[in-house]
Parts: sequence; C-alpha cells; structure tokens
Amino acid sequence: MGSPSRELVERIGAASTSVFRDMIEMVCFVGDLSKVSWRVLRKPSQLRWKETLYYMDMCGSQAVPIVLMICFLMGVILGFQAAVQMRKFGTELYVADLVGFSILKELGPLMVAMIATGRAGSAFAAEIGTMKVNDEISALETMGFAPSRFLVIPKILAMVIVSPVLTVFGDVIGIAGGFVVGTTMLGLPLMAYYNRTVEVLYPMVFILGMVKSVVFALIIAVIGCLRGFQSECNAQGVGRATTSAVVTSIFLIVIADAVLTIIFSLMGY
Amino acid sequence: MSNESVVEVKNLTVGYGDIVVLKNISFSVASGEIFVILGGSGCGKSTLLKHMIGLYTPFRGDVLIFGESMVNSSEDEKRKLMRSFGVTYQGGALFGSLTVAENIALPLEEYTTKTPKEINEVVQQKLALVNLDGFGNYMPSELSGGMRKRAGLARAMALDPTLLFFDEPSAGLDPITSAELDRLILRLREELGTTIVIVSHELDSIFTVADRAILLDKETKGIAATGKPKDLRDGSPNLWVREFLTRSKLKRDVV
Ligand SMILES: Nc1ncnc2c1ncn2[C@@H]1O[C@H](COP(=O)(O)OP(=O)(O)OP(=O)(O)O)[C@@H](O)[C@H]1O
Ligand SMILES: [Mg+2]
Repeated sequence: MGSPSRELVERIGAASTSVFRDMIEMVCFVGDLSKVSWRVLRKPSQLRWKETLYYMDMCGSQAVPIVLMICFLMGVILGFQAAVQMRKFGTELYVADLVGFSILKELGPLMVAMIATGRAGSAFAAEIGTMKVNDEISALETMGFAPSRFLVIPKILAMVIVSPVLTVFGDVIGIAGGFVVGTTMLGLPLMAYYNRTVEVLYPMVFILGMVKSVVFALIIAVIGCLRGFQSECNAQGVGRATTSAVVTSIFLIVIADAVLTIIFSLMGY
Repeated sequence: MSNESVVEVKNLTVGYGDIVVLKNISFSVASGEIFVILGGSGCGKSTLLKHMIGLYTPFRGDVLIFGESMVNSSEDEKRKLMRSFGVTYQGGALFGSLTVAENIALPLEEYTTKTPKEINEVVQQKLALVNLDGFGNYMPSELSGGMRKRAGLARAMALDPTLLFFDEPSAGLDPITSAELDRLILRLREELGTTIVIVSHELDSIFTVADRAILLDKETKGIAATGKPKDLRDGSPNLWVREFLTRSKLKRDVV
C-alpha cells in the first residue's frame, strides 16, 4: 500500500541494496579467484590444460569467421561515413587516419568483445548454471576440488590468450575494409592510402587496443562464470543467468572502455 | 570394527534462508556401519546429507567426520577432509564434458601418482563393480538415468574411501540391479570395512542392508525413531513409524 512517493522510495531502496549486494558478491568472487589463480601460478601442473585448449578453440578459432566479417564491415562502414564528410573538405586522404585510429583504439577490441560476450560469456554462464542444476558443482566440491580451478581458470586463461589474437585479426581486416572504400569509392591511389595509414599510426595505438581487449576478455569470462554460479537451480534460472551475463558484461565493458580511454588520454595517447 | 564413531552429528539445525528444515538433530555412525536416513519426501533427507558432507553451513551445531569438524574448519582443511569420503548424488552428477571413464579417472589423476595404465586398470575394475563394463567411452548424456547413477557410484569409489554417502542409490533402478547394488554395498562393508551412510526410500533394500536407521519427521523437524529397521517396524511405540516401514494402505487412502 502506501503513497506512490513512498513506494518509489522503497523501490529505489530495494534496487540499490540488490545492486550493492551484487557488487559485494562480485568482489568476493574476484578475491576468491585471485587466491586460486595464485596457487595455479605457483604450481602450473594444477592447470587443466585440456579444458583450456577446448575453450581456446571454442572462443578463438571458431569465432574467427564472424570476427573477420563484422570487423571488415565495420571498416567499410567507417570508411564510407568518413568519406562522405571528408569529401566536402577535399581531405579524402584523412579517411585513412580516421579508420586506422578508430579501429585500433576502439572498434577492433570493442567488436571482438561484443562477439565474445554473445558467444562465450553466455555459454560460460549456461554451462556452469546447468552443472549447478545437475549437482556437478557439488560433486566437484565434495571431491575436494576448488570448482574455480576446473571451471573458471581455464575459461579466463583461454579468453585472455585468444581475445588479443582475435583483435589483431579484427584490426587488420577492419583497416582493409576502410582501404577498400578509400581506393574504390574515393578513387585514392593504393599506395597513397597505404602510406598514409602506416605514417600516422604508431605502435602505442595498437598496444592500447590490446590492453583493452585483455581487460574486456577478463570481464567477459569472470562475469559469465559468476552469473553461472549464481544461477538458480532450475531451467528458468539458467536462462536468466545467461541473459544477465550478457547484459552485465556489455555494461561493464562499456564502462571499462570509457575509463581506459580517459586514462590513456590523460597519459597523452 | 571398532565402536568409535566415524560420523558424528551434534545438535544440528539446518535450513535455507529463514526456513528451518530440521532442528537439533544428533546421531552418530560407527565405523563399518551401514546407516540409513529415512523419511517422507521433502522432509529434509537430502538437506541433512548435504550438510553432513560440508556443502552447506548449518544454522547451529556441528558435524564431525573422522573426529574433525566440518563446520569449524578452514576451506583447505575442509577440502582435505572431503577427499577422505565418497559421495553419490540423486542424479549421478557426472561431469558432462568427460566420458564415463574420464569421470572415474579424475580423482585418481588429481590425487594419486598412478600411471595412466594403472589408472585405466582401476577404472575398468570400478566399472565392472557396478556392471558397466564396456561403457567407459560413453558420454554421460548417452547413458540411462540408472546407468548414470551407477557410474556416479563407481566414481565415488575410485579412491577406495572408507566412508561413503549415497543419496537414493537405488531409486529408479530395476529390481535386479537394485538387489545387486545391495549386495555390492554389503560386500564393500565386508571386504573393506567401509562405513556407508544411505538416504533411501526402498524398503526392501533398507531391510536387507541397514544396521541402523533414523526416521526423520517433517512435523517435528526432528528424529522420530532410531534403531534397526526390523525392530522399528515390529516394535516401535509410534504408530506412524510402524506404518512408514510397512507401507501401510492406510497412508495411501489418506492421500
Ligand atoms: N535449495 C533450496 N532452497 C530452499 N529450500 C530448499 C532447497 N532445497 C530443498 N529445500 C526445501 O527443504 C525441504 C527438504 O528438501 P530435501 O531435498 O532435503 O527433501 P528430501 O527429504 O531429500 O526429499 P526427497 O525424498 O523427495 O528427495 C523441502 O521442503 C524443500 O522445499
Ligand atoms: Mg532428496
């Protein structure tokens, strides 16, 4: 009952506590994970290589076609949009700058992260959630294993190894997309576009993109696994966990992207 | 068989969230004993078992396994303690990404220094024990429910633990397999002196294997009776206990 304004306050209060609780759980999960990771680091024989390779295949090699396709189109779209504007000023050659910087700094890592969220993050949550429903997590625990060593570390490791590689692919093919627009639609000479691209881009731009892609990979793997462990023990619960993994990952990736961009620009890049 | 207790449950109160499922439960299981936890559906048998094996933290009370507290030990001590016993779950709980043989081999790979060949031998032996010879290379999803359950049993026995917890091992098995399971349980105790705690509904099997049973009561959230199942059936002062153990028609009429 109560007045509408009171209800509003109550709702905001309830929502805040649940967000706050969620944040605490996230911090606990990461803390617990660091402990297990430290142990695996000191004793690498504890790492489950078979699982790690499986996830590298699943999140990496199998994602190559879609990454190539989306990043290429991204480059084409960027090049096209830039061309329309640049033409007005007769500065067509700057399309190379715009495409190069945008792809390396932003769109390469971001597109790869979005694809990985949809492919890998959701799969992680669904997999762990289903294992929970089937008592498999309990079985791991009562066999004396830390579930995160089996279920989380291989996924994180696979993502962190594979994401930068995918991003390199995405970067190259994205720039190629811009190149296609530049040389066909704008009629720029091949060598001029190529030289301009090589001239303006410097290694640090590429490295910043790689840093982003590693951070995004961590977010995707950790959130996917966390949501899986938080899943309720029924089919709907697993479905909700999967949705939540995707939504939370995208949200955190965008926040991380903003923060990293600000930090990098403060550092002068 | 000594009379020292392997499992000791002390004033245990368990539940979920705000709901108390069982209150002030105390009992102990002696070494080499086959101990059965009975009770109507939903009275908290699985809940009690999950607290005994350390998956959940109880509201109050303590569980001692081999004299060591499950509740008050650190994460690492608990893990170590958990390795000393085997558990099977109601649905088998095999790891879906591994074959049946890999499931059974997992604890051996992780906790022993056996060579792959020796591990394979143990795996084959455990599979034979539960009548699953030749199914080692199947994925769990390719097995029937009862087969999965038996494979789970084989995995629980991989390290030859001296203490086993079974949640409904024979539910869903055909009468012959179920009887074989009873024989297996008795043989484990005979040959290895294994202590076994079973949650079960199958009256036939209970009368065959159980040394002692407790009957949980949903109403009082406590233990309604303790003793040898035959004695309880024939001589318990509590009518409900006698009815429970004779599958009285009365109960069905009420439903
Ligand atoms: N994860 C859970 N969260 C909240 N309540 C639960 C949970 N699991 C079980 N319960 C409740 O605890 C009570 C006991 O459940 P439990 O699974 O222990 O019953 P059981 O005796 O094993 O039944 P069955 O013979 O059908 O397996 C039930 O009333 C159930 O609703
Ligand atoms: Mg149960």
